[in-house]
Amino acid sequence: MEVPVLKQGKFLIATIQAALSDADLENLRRGLVQQVVRFRSLGVIVDVTSMDVMDSFASRTLREIAHMIRLRGAETVIVGIQPEVAFAMVQLGLTLEDVATALDLEEGLAYLNTKFKSLD
Amino acid sequence: MAKRAIIGNGPHVAIDPTVQMAQNEATSELLRELVAHLRQNRTQLREEWVQRISETRLLTAMTKEEIFAEATSVYDSYVEALETETFEALQAYAQNLSERIIPRGVETHEVVGIVLLLRDVLARSLFAKYQADFRKLNRILDAYEPAANRIANTVAVGFVQERERTIRQQQEAIRELSTPVLQVRERLLILPIIGVIDPQRARQLTEQLLRGIRTNRAKVVVIDITGVAAMDVTVANHLVQTVEASRLLGATVIVTGLSPEIAQTLVTIGVDLGKMNTVGDLQGGIEQAERLLGYKVVPLSDPRQ
Repeated sequence: MEVPVLKQGKFLIATIQAALSDADLENLRRGLVQQVVRFRSLGVIVDVTSMDVMDSFASRTLREIAHMIRLRGAETVIVGIQPEVAFAMVQLGLTLEDVATALDLEEGLAYLNTKFKSLD
Repeated sequence: MAKRAIIGNGPHVAIDPTVQMAQNEATSELLRELVAHLRQNRTQLREEWVQRISETRLLTAMTKEEIFAEATSVYDSYVEALETETFEALQAYAQNLSERIIPRGVETHEVVGIVLLLRDVLARSLFAKYQADFRKLNRILDAYEPAANRIANTVAVGFVQERERTIRQQQEAIRELSTPVLQVRERLLILPIIGVIDPQRARQLTEQLLRGIRTNRAKVVVIDITGVAAMDVTVANHLVQTVEASRLLGATVIVTGLSPEIAQTLVTIGVDLGKMNTVGDLQGGIEQAERLLGYKVVPLSDPRQ
């Protein structure tokens, strides 16, 4: 199942809509890392609201996406982690270190907008 | 049938029914005689019982008058239970009594103790009355003992059940009271924790907090643990995990009011101080939270004017 990536002004928004296989996650990583430079985006939002399980591979891939996008010159925010998922992740030691997180899409956009306000 | 279940069962269950019926008849006859004796000597036996209660220092939480009043009604219910061989009334009385005396700190051993004392006092009076006729005494005791034991059992079970019910109710109440998640400003929650945190309560706290962050769309949470004297390593770990899980939901957590013992525990488990945002007291925590949210509190005018 492919993850749609929408361009919204200076940001990219990837909304995960169902459980993803490992291959899907790798495709998402490749796609996002390419597109962030192609569209000259400043930030990327990955919306995981509809994921009700997050295994270690998914968690590690999200972290890699964030770090790779940082190296490609943009900022990543993971939004919409469910409370149960969040606690399960922490218990497994998957804490997405050095990755920005926000409650939902709206909050994620607000975070990026504040961050890049000075550039306008 | 009920009579046989109470009194007639013993080693001789498989006896010819007619013989058994005759025996039941005899038992009932004996119990009637017994009850008449207890009614006749009510005043004296009751006095003796109350005397024994104060001698053994039971029911110290109650005054002498109260003990006497309760003893009278227990005595009457006791004799009535022996007479009717039904225990419902006694059970109801035991429950009612427990409701009244549990809040005053009466212990289980005291309640069991007084019922056993009454049994002994009554048995002694039977020994005294029938000492000349040993066979009759034996038969009377055969009738009396199972019923008396059943009564003691009923009262003790009633008391313990009532006590457990009270404890369950209180636990429920504590659980409901224990974890308020309060919004003090737009997007700012506080979670004051008071008392001992066991693993179950810790889990409940986390659940309520994470859910509260979502429903109130909180950006900053102040967890105040001034009222928690100490926590063990498991619970401390849980607290750290709660802080990290809150971050995954996009909220910043400020922990305030750490006692020296808890600080020691957190250092022992090697908490990453970069992840844990702590402030000395609740006031400081709320002030820092307001700064994070961009609020600034200014007085409307100079209070000295």
